[in-house]
Amino acid sequence: MTNQRTIITISLANVVFASLPFFLNTYWVDVLNSIGIYSILALSLNLIVGHAGLFNLGHAAFYAIGAYTAAILNTGYGIPILALLPACGFTAGVFAVLIARPIIHLRGDYLCIVTIGVGEIVRIALINDVFGVTGGANGIFGIARPSLFGFSVRSPQHFFYYIWTFAGITVCLFHLLENSRFGRALNYLREDEVAAEGSGVDTAHYKLAAFVVGAVWAGMAGNIYASKMTIISPESFTFWESVLMFAIVILGGSGSIPGMLLGAFLIVGLPELFREFANARMLVFGAAMIAMMIFRTQGILPAKQRRYSLPESSGEESGTG
Amino acid sequence: MSLLSLKRLTKNFGGLTAVNNVSFDVEPGAIVGLIGPNGAGKTTVFNLITGIYAPDQGEILFAGKSLVRLRTHRIIAMGIARTFQTIRLFQNLTVLENVLAGCHCQMKGGVVASLLHTPLQRREERKAIVGAMSILSFVGLHREAQQVAKNLSYGNQRLLEIARALATRPKLLILDEPAGGMNEQETGRLVTLIRKMRDQGITILLIEHDMSLVMKVCEQIVVLEYGSKIAEGPPEAIKQDPRVIEAYLGTDSDW
Amino acid sequence: MEQFFLQLTNGLAVGGIYALIALGYTMVYGVLKLINFAHSDLFTLGAYLGLTLLTSMALTDRLGPFWGTVLLAFMVMLLIAIVGALLDRVAYRPLRQSPRLSAVVSALGASIFLQNTVMLVYGARFQVYPQGILPSTAIRVMGLDIPMVRLIVLCTSTLMMLALFFFIQKTKTGTAIRAAAIDQGAARLMGIDVNRVILMVFLVGPALGGVAGLLVGLYYGQINFTMGWGYGLKAFTAAILGGIGNIPGAMVGGILLGVIEAMGAAYLSIAWKDAIAFCVLILILIFRPTGLLGERVAEKV
Repeated sequence: MTNQRTIITISLANVVFASLPFFLNTYWVDVLNSIGIYSILALSLNLIVGHAGLFNLGHAAFYAIGAYTAAILNTGYGIPILALLPACGFTAGVFAVLIARPIIHLRGDYLCIVTIGVGEIVRIALINDVFGVTGGANGIFGIARPSLFGFSVRSPQHFFYYIWTFAGITVCLFHLLENSRFGRALNYLREDEVAAEGSGVDTAHYKLAAFVVGAVWAGMAGNIYASKMTIISPESFTFWESVLMFAIVILGGSGSIPGMLLGAFLIVGLPELFREFANARMLVFGAAMIAMMIFRTQGILPAKQRRYSLPESSGEESGTG
Repeated sequence: MSLLSLKRLTKNFGGLTAVNNVSFDVEPGAIVGLIGPNGAGKTTVFNLITGIYAPDQGEILFAGKSLVRLRTHRIIAMGIARTFQTIRLFQNLTVLENVLAGCHCQMKGGVVASLLHTPLQRREERKAIVGAMSILSFVGLHREAQQVAKNLSYGNQRLLEIARALATRPKLLILDEPAGGMNEQETGRLVTLIRKMRDQGITILLIEHDMSLVMKVCEQIVVLEYGSKIAEGPPEAIKQDPRVIEAYLGTDSDW
Repeated sequence: MEQFFLQLTNGLAVGGIYALIALGYTMVYGVLKLINFAHSDLFTLGAYLGLTLLTSMALTDRLGPFWGTVLLAFMVMLLIAIVGALLDRVAYRPLRQSPRLSAVVSALGASIFLQNTVMLVYGARFQVYPQGILPSTAIRVMGLDIPMVRLIVLCTSTLMMLALFFFIQKTKTGTAIRAAAIDQGAARLMGIDVNRVILMVFLVGPALGGVAGLLVGLYYGQINFTMGWGYGLKAFTAAILGGIGNIPGAMVGGILLGVIEAMGAAYLSIAWKDAIAFCVLILILIFRPTGLLGERVAEKV
């Protein structure tokens, strides 16, 4: 019953949401597109921060690697941007393996600092035109729009459907991922690393896996961003981007998919509604983060307990195995 | 062949020798107790066996294979499970999920299978849940399956730790003070449970301060003092061993 | 060779500033095991309050450059110490019993909050310190012209560190701080008022950070609301380099990092200057997480 009702509610909400571009002007559609990209980023960071409990404040680095992979291969070799989605995920994932492997054993707060350092090194490398391919501080321009079967994604309205379809697929896949052996393993290591290892979970493997899956998705989000903007530069991938994603995860509700979407709407969308206070938005987020930790650690929409459908016979026979 | 054998095991922390040249064997199907005054190095021995520390010297053989320098999860997968002295449950997860943690090493589903919920993955998941529920029934916690672990009573949390350990399908189960914080009634049930597990073919090695429990369930006892083994034998012999009596004199443990 | 010595003095001066900031990180970490992200913004605030006091009260005109600056430094220390204690009261104290990472998030929030407060009050543009407060002459040492400012900055930070060192080693409060850093529970049992120790740490650390901000303003002449971020990360690197929680370690680490950075910028590549510190940070955490002066401790299971 409740399950059916949930499905109907979600479908209705989706229909309403999908019709929004017909009612909103281009500006607001573009805001929704930004929210969509941040939702994807927050969902990917949520695996690392929310589920595995690893504090990553350098997520913008993976986002940047994806965006630059798309830009370099598209402008340099003319490969269609949509075909580069897997490649962007791949390079970001490989980068995650390379940097995460040596630092993965570090304790929470140290890991946090190192990820900040990695994010900065990547940004500095991009500014310094590393390998002569990143275009330095000016970045790369002239990135193609995505096109599929001759249909080109151009206007913000087109991008709305492109981005939110991708976000929708991400939500579905990550929902399945959460409710599986993999998702549980991440939670075990967040709750108690020693006990997880002592229960037979390869904690080092899962920490790395969390980073890699998160990075792959952030890399693909980078591709989408590059094709939406057609121009990218190191400025778009500063520490503050990482902080923004982190704030969405923490305020939205660590480990909760609806929390990520709500968080993205609040943190990216609200400042657009109150433009006169735009300067104060980071100040409000800062204060909100403190308040949230003191009064509601689990975030606005906390993750729900997983429910399992139990086999019928169990429960009745007691004491014997 | 012994199921587990420790050979001349030594571990130093800085200047302190926590475990000094300790050797003993655990035979298959036995219930062995490891006792000694506080700080004698009992938990360190457990941590050495389960790979949390690497020994400075010595050898640990499990069913003939060396455990030294293996990572903990590999050792667990080989058939050794443990509980912790201070309860280490996944407090914010459900009772069932805690047991499923133990099932983890029996399962295979990786990232891709988990992302797509392949039919194989679903079958495996269902099987794991059935298995976990039967273990919960075995320890008597099946009614609490969907509760959050931190809401359980202290005694039940200890039982849940045992259930989680059992879910790894161990040949050897290592219990670190399983009766700690339990009342008399709960301890009684624990004794029954320990015997029941042994009857299912699980070998048991336990640390315990409750001497009446140790004397009641253990067939073999190893005594440590200041990191060294001072005695080994059946309960009756240990009770009369002058070195053991001396080691325990002045401590508050009653026999 | 001349180039080398000039870079060395520059590195020592900057290193002194890193060390002063690093002390704040290391003291808080020692007692609370918390990375106080907001510390870098207290440093920024020190630079801004210093500028405000300097221009509004005309201290250097009335008392002369030397005593004017000294008085200024004490006022900045006092004000930033109060802000530091307030920070602890609002953002950290309610979280003493919470998981450690909650406090880290709160620290991050506090950092964002303080930084943006500075921006809203003073604006986002660079602010310029008045010229000519510190002498712009150079002195000749062994045939080298070394700018006076560098020596002044280095001497000031050395003096402050020495004062702190004696405070920590010789006074009763200092002993209490050291005891609480080793084992808070045991310290409490020995009758040490741990809450007072934490308060002290949040007074002294920020005070030093505030002076560092003032020194940066006087040394470079211009300040920005985001400057704390870079200095903060580098100072934290310095604290880790020396061994986090270790007070002499923070001093050694700061000076060392300043010199490494100056030399790297001069002989490797100026464009990668900011990346050097981060590489040091990552390498030290991978290969010697306890730092140069730290001791290895086994984690109890």
